Amino acid sequence: MRFTINGRLHEVEPDIRTSLLDLCREHLGLTGPKKGCDHGQCGACTILVNGRRVNSCLSLAVMHQEDEIVTIEGLGEPGSLHPMQQAFLHHDGYQCGYCTPGQICSAVGMLDEIAKGWPSHASTDLEQVSLDDAEISERMSGNLCRCAAYPNIVDAIREVAGADARTGSDVGA
Amino acid sequence: MFGLGKSHTNSLRMDAPQPTSLLDIGAQNVIGKPLDRYEGPLKVSGRALYSAEYVFPDMAYGVLVGARRGAGRVVSIDAEAVTSLPGVIDVVTDFKTFIRNPGQGGETEAPTQGVEEIVYFGQVIAIVLAESYEAARDAAIRLPVEYEEAAGRFDFAAHKHETDVPPENNTPAHFGQGDLDQAMAEAAFTVDASFTTPSQNSAAMEPHASVAMWDEDRLTLYGSYQIPTKDAMQLADALGVGKDQVRIVSHFVGGGFGSKLGIAPETTAAAIAAKRLGRPVKAVMLRQQVFDATVRRSNTEQRIRLAADAHGRLIGIGHETLTSNLPGEDYFEPAGIGTHFLYPGEHRLITHDQVRLNLVLSGSMRAPGEAVGMLALETAMDMLAEQMAIDPVELRRRNEPLLDPEKNVPYSSRSLRECLDLGAQTFGWDARETRPAQRREGEWLIGMGMAAAARSNLLQSEEAKVRIEPSGRAVIETAMTDIGTGTYSVLSQIAGELLGLDPRSVDVRLGDSDMPASGGSGGSWGACGSGSAVYLACEELRRQLAKTLGVEPGAMTLKDGLAIAQNKSMPLAELVGDGIEAMGAISPGKQKDAVTQASYGAHFAEVAVNAVTGEVRVRRMLGVFAAGRILNEKTARSQCLGGMTFGIGAALTEELLHDGRTGKLVNRDLAEYHIPVNADVPQLEVLFVAERDQHSNPLHAKGLGELGISGAGAAITNAIYNACGVRVRDYPLTLDKILPGLPDL
Amino acid sequence: MKLFDYQRADTPEQAAASAVAPGTRFIAGGTNLLDLMKLQVETPERLVDVSRLELAKIETREDGGVTIGAMVPNSDLAADPHVIRNYPVLSRALLAGATGQLRNKATTGGNLLQRTRCYYFYDVATPCNKREPGSGCSAIGGVNRILAILGTSDQCIATHPSDMAVAMRALDATIVTVKADGDRRRIPMAEFHRLPGDRPHIDTILEQGELITHVELPSPPPGGRHAYRKVRDRASYAFALVSVAAVIEVEDGRIAKAALAFGGLAHKPWRDPEVEHILIGQTPGKALFEAAADALVRDARGFGHNDFKIPLARRTLIATLQDLTGGR
Repeated sequence: MRFTINGRLHEVEPDIRTSLLDLCREHLGLTGPKKGCDHGQCGACTILVNGRRVNSCLSLAVMHQEDEIVTIEGLGEPGSLHPMQQAFLHHDGYQCGYCTPGQICSAVGMLDEIAKGWPSHASTDLEQVSLDDAEISERMSGNLCRCAAYPNIVDAIREVAGADARTGSDVGA
Repeated sequence: MFGLGKSHTNSLRMDAPQPTSLLDIGAQNVIGKPLDRYEGPLKVSGRALYSAEYVFPDMAYGVLVGARRGAGRVVSIDAEAVTSLPGVIDVVTDFKTFIRNPGQGGETEAPTQGVEEIVYFGQVIAIVLAESYEAARDAAIRLPVEYEEAAGRFDFAAHKHETDVPPENNTPAHFGQGDLDQAMAEAAFTVDASFTTPSQNSAAMEPHASVAMWDEDRLTLYGSYQIPTKDAMQLADALGVGKDQVRIVSHFVGGGFGSKLGIAPETTAAAIAAKRLGRPVKAVMLRQQVFDATVRRSNTEQRIRLAADAHGRLIGIGHETLTSNLPGEDYFEPAGIGTHFLYPGEHRLITHDQVRLNLVLSGSMRAPGEAVGMLALETAMDMLAEQMAIDPVELRRRNEPLLDPEKNVPYSSRSLRECLDLGAQTFGWDARETRPAQRREGEWLIGMGMAAAARSNLLQSEEAKVRIEPSGRAVIETAMTDIGTGTYSVLSQIAGELLGLDPRSVDVRLGDSDMPASGGSGGSWGACGSGSAVYLACEELRRQLAKTLGVEPGAMTLKDGLAIAQNKSMPLAELVGDGIEAMGAISPGKQKDAVTQASYGAHFAEVAVNAVTGEVRVRRMLGVFAAGRILNEKTARSQCLGGMTFGIGAALTEELLHDGRTGKLVNRDLAEYHIPVNADVPQLEVLFVAERDQHSNPLHAKGLGELGISGAGAAITNAIYNACGVRVRDYPLTLDKILPGLPDL
Repeated sequence: MKLFDYQRADTPEQAAASAVAPGTRFIAGGTNLLDLMKLQVETPERLVDVSRLELAKIETREDGGVTIGAMVPNSDLAADPHVIRNYPVLSRALLAGATGQLRNKATTGGNLLQRTRCYYFYDVATPCNKREPGSGCSAIGGVNRILAILGTSDQCIATHPSDMAVAMRALDATIVTVKADGDRRRIPMAEFHRLPGDRPHIDTILEQGELITHVELPSPPPGGRHAYRKVRDRASYAFALVSVAAVIEVEDGRIAKAALAFGGLAHKPWRDPEVEHILIGQTPGKALFEAAADALVRDARGFGHNDFKIPLARRTLIATLQDLTGGR
C-alpha cells in the first residue's frame, strides 16, 4: 500500500485491519496522533485528510491510499512551530500533552470549516457564522482533554483566528 | 545518567520551620513567572514520546484478556484455539504472578497477586501475543475461557449494612471527640443530611501502557506511571526479582490523576510475556480495560451532621461515610479527611466504614477524600446557611478556627478568609439572590453558589541530583515525573533562580527509576517535594561555588550564568572546571504534626438550569486559591482549571454504572462515561492569593494539583439549588434527578 | 477485529452485486462499523468499500426537493446552503450529532444505518438479542437509563441513536436503494427502520446487498417553521436522551401542518400520527400542546432508570411547540 503523509510517500504492507492511526503509530513512526480510546470517542487521533479533520482511529488505512494526509508532525516542529502550535504553547492549551496533537489538528481543521461558513450547533443563525467562545467550545467538543485545558485551548484558538470573541456564555442560544 | 562520582548530599528533614528561602533572594527573577511549559515544544509538535511509543526490534504486541465473570474461577484457557490464527504467537498467563489489581500509590510491595480466582468482572487473566496489534486484539477477544461462576457481591445497596473498619490510612478510619449527639440536641441550628457519590474513573487520556524488555536478568519497562521509584519496587516484588533488576521509565505520562500511582495489570503481563518470548513486548490497555481493570474512585454514602450555635458557629460536626473496595484491600476513600481540620467544633465524629464488593479496585483519584467529602460537607454548609438565613460566605467567615480543632495545633498557613473575600468581590457575589428560583432568562433559571476548598498538604521523601556542566549548563536528575503538572517547568525555574541561569539552560531529566529516588506525582506533593530536593542540591552547589570564589554564599550573586562577588563576575563555566554536582534530599519531619498543613481556596459558580428539561450549564466559575508560593503562575493556573473541571464532571455527569446482577461495568468507554467536553466548561477564572508557608518546605510552597477539585462540585450543586430550588444529594446531578423538582411548564 | 476481504466498488450496481453473499458489509465513513468491528460486535467476512462511489452530490430537483447522495458527509449536508435555507431542521439535527471530525467522515447513508448505543449491545461479554439472537436482553432488568420507552418488546429496548434520521423522518424523506439484482427501490422513511419485536437483530428492511444510493427530501413546505431540540447529558458530544424534530406550519392562527419526530425514545425515529392529528386545525396553546404530549407518551413504558424519559419527552415536546408557534 502507498500513502502520502506530510508530503512524503510511504510504501508499507500492514495488516488489512490496520487503522490509519495505527498505520501512523506502528508502521511509520509517526506517533504524534494519539490513541486515547480507539473508538472515535476522544479525538486524540485527529488528523487532517484532504484538509479535513477526521478521527484516524475510525479509518481503515487501506481506504486512504489516494488521500493527502497531514499529522501533527506535518504542521510544524520545535523551532518552526505552526501558529496554532505556538498559540497552544503560549496559552498553555495542554498539560499532559496526550490529547494535544489531536486538539491542534482539530483546531486547524475547524478554523478552515469556519472560513467556509459552516455552521455549528452553537450558531444562532445558520447562515451567518460568527466566531465567539461558545462557537469554539462547541466545535472543539470532539477533543476531550482530561487535564481540562479547555479555557486555554479556547484562548489559543481565538488568538489564531484573530477573532474578537465575546467572553462569557450565551446559554440557551 | 551521571557516573557514580562523589557528590555531596544536602539533606533536610522538616523538623523545624524554614524562615528564609533562597528563592526570595535569587537574582534571576524567574521563580513564579508564567513561563511557557519547558517541554511544550515537544508536546505541541507531537514529538514527546509516551510509553507505548518506544519501538524496539522484534517487538511483539500484547493485548490483555479480561475475565467475563464477576466472581468465580478460571477453569481453563483454550490457547490453541487462537494460536492457529495468522500472526498469533502465544497466550501467556501466570496464575500466581499476574497481579489481580493495581498497586496503591506509594506502596513498595506487590499488589495482590493471583488471577485464577476471579474477584471482579474484567480482571486480567492472560495476555495474547502476536506479530501485529490487529492479530493480538482479534485473538484476545476470541480466546475461549471456561469459568466456574461464583456468587459475587456486586450491589452496594444490598450489602451496605455489612461493613468492616479498614486500617488507618492517611487518616484514621474512625475518630471521635466530645459528644456529637449532645451537641446536635443543644444546637440552635442543625443539619443532618445524607449524600451519595458514585464510583468514578480518572480517565486519563493516555491508556495504561507498558513496553517491557529484558536484558539478561534486568527488566526495563517503559510505562505510564506516576511514581517510577516505588512502581519499580512494586513490580520487582511482584516478579520476585531484586529491586535492582527492574527499571521503569516514564519520561512523559499522558495524565494520571491517581490511576497510575501503582502498577497496573499490564506491567506484570508484559514483563512475564517478554521473558517467556525472549522478545520485547508492548501491552497497551484498551480503553474499556482501563475502565474495567485499573482503579475506580469508590462510591460513597455520607451522612453530615452540623450543629451550630445561634451565631452560626459550629459546635459539632459529624461526617460518617461508607465506601467500598475489594475483599482484602486496605485502602479506603478517606471522604472525611478534610472535615478533620476545615471547621471548628468541639464535638466531632468522623468515620469510614468499608463495604466489601466484587468491583474493580478502589484507589486514589484526584484529591482522594476531599473530592467527594467536600461535595457533601460544603453542600451541608450551604443548607445550614440557608436555614440561618445568612450568606454562605459569611457562614464560612464565622467558622474560621484559630487552631486545628482536633490536634490543637496552629495552621502552617491558612488564607481561606482572604480567598473568600477576594472571590466574593471579584465574582460579584453580592448580586446573588438569597432565595432560590428568583432569576430567569427565557427558559433558563440562573443561580449562584459557592464552596470552600481545602486540601491537605503532604510531603514525601525526595532526592534530586543537580550538576553544573563544564559548559555552564545545569542538569537535574530525579525519578520524579511530569504528568501534566508542570514538573519540568518548575524544576527548571527553581534551579534557574538558585543558580542564576535561564531555565532554558537547565536540562531536566525525569521519570526514570534509575535516577535519584522520588515520591513521584500524587497527593499534590510532587512540586514541593522534588522542588525542595532540587533546591537543596542547588544550595549545596551555591556553597561550592562560593568556596571556589573564596566568599560566603550570601556574598555571591548568581545571575545570567555569571557568579558575581566582590565586584567581579565570572562565568559559571569557568568556575566549575570539570563540573560540580550535588544531591538534595528532603524528608518529612516534626513539622508534619507540629502544625496542620493544607492549601485553601474558594469556589464561586453561576449556573443555568433549563426549566423545561433540567439540563445544567455552568456559565461562570471562579476559583481563588492560596497554596503558598506559586512556582509557575501559568502551570499552576492550569492545574486549578483542571481541578475545577473535574469538579464540574463530578457534580454533573461522571458516574460508573455497574450492573448489580453481574458486577459488570456497563459504561466502560468515553462515549458513555461522561467527562466534561469543551462546551461543558466556560472560560473559568483562577486567582491566587499571595502566601508563603515556612512550615511546609524551603520553597514555602504547598500542594496545588488537587485543591481545584476540592469543593468545586459543591459550588455547582449550591448554585443549582439557588437557580431552581432543587437540592439533589445524589451525585451526579443529571437532569433526571432535577426534573421532578421543576415547576410545571 | 476479525480478518476480512476488502474490495472497492466502482459503481453502485457493482457494489450491490458483490455484497449479495451473507457476511458482506458496505463500508463508507466507517465511524460506526469499524467501532463495532473492533469489539467484534460486527464480524463481517467481506467489506465492500463504497466510499469513492460518485454519490457525494446534493442536487435540487425540479420539484424543489433535494436528492442527497448516500456518500455526502454529514458536515457537507449540514452546511449546504439549500439545506440550511429550506430544511433547517435537518441541518440542526446533523449539527447536534457527534463531533466535527466524526461528521466529516460519517455519510448520509451510513448515518441511517447506525446501530444502537445500548451498553449491552456494545459488549460481547453480555447477552443481547440484537447482537446474538436468542441470548436474552440484559438491558431489561439491567442498566437502562438511555434506552427506549416506546415501541419496545420483551426482546429488546434499544434506541436508534441518529439525530439526522429523526429530522428525515419529520421531513418524510424517501430512501433510494439499489439491490443486488440491480433493481432499485424507493423506501419511505416511515418504513425503513423497524421496531424490535421478536427479531431485534434486524434494524431496517434493507436486504442483503441492498445499497442506499440517495435520500430524497420532498419539496419544502412554504412557511414551515423548523426546530430540532436535543436533550442530552453533556452540552455536546452525547447521544440524545430525548430529541424532537418539528416542522410546523401555522396559517391564519391555526396549525395547518405538523410533522413531529422523536429520537431517543424508540428503536426507530418515532412519529405518531395521533400527536399530529390533535394539533392540526387547532389554535396553538398550552392545553393543546399538553394534549398532544399526553398522546405521545400514552403507551410509553419505562424500565426503571429510563422512567424519566416519559415526563422529559412530554415537556420537551410542549416547549418545542411553544417555541415554534408562540402558543402559551
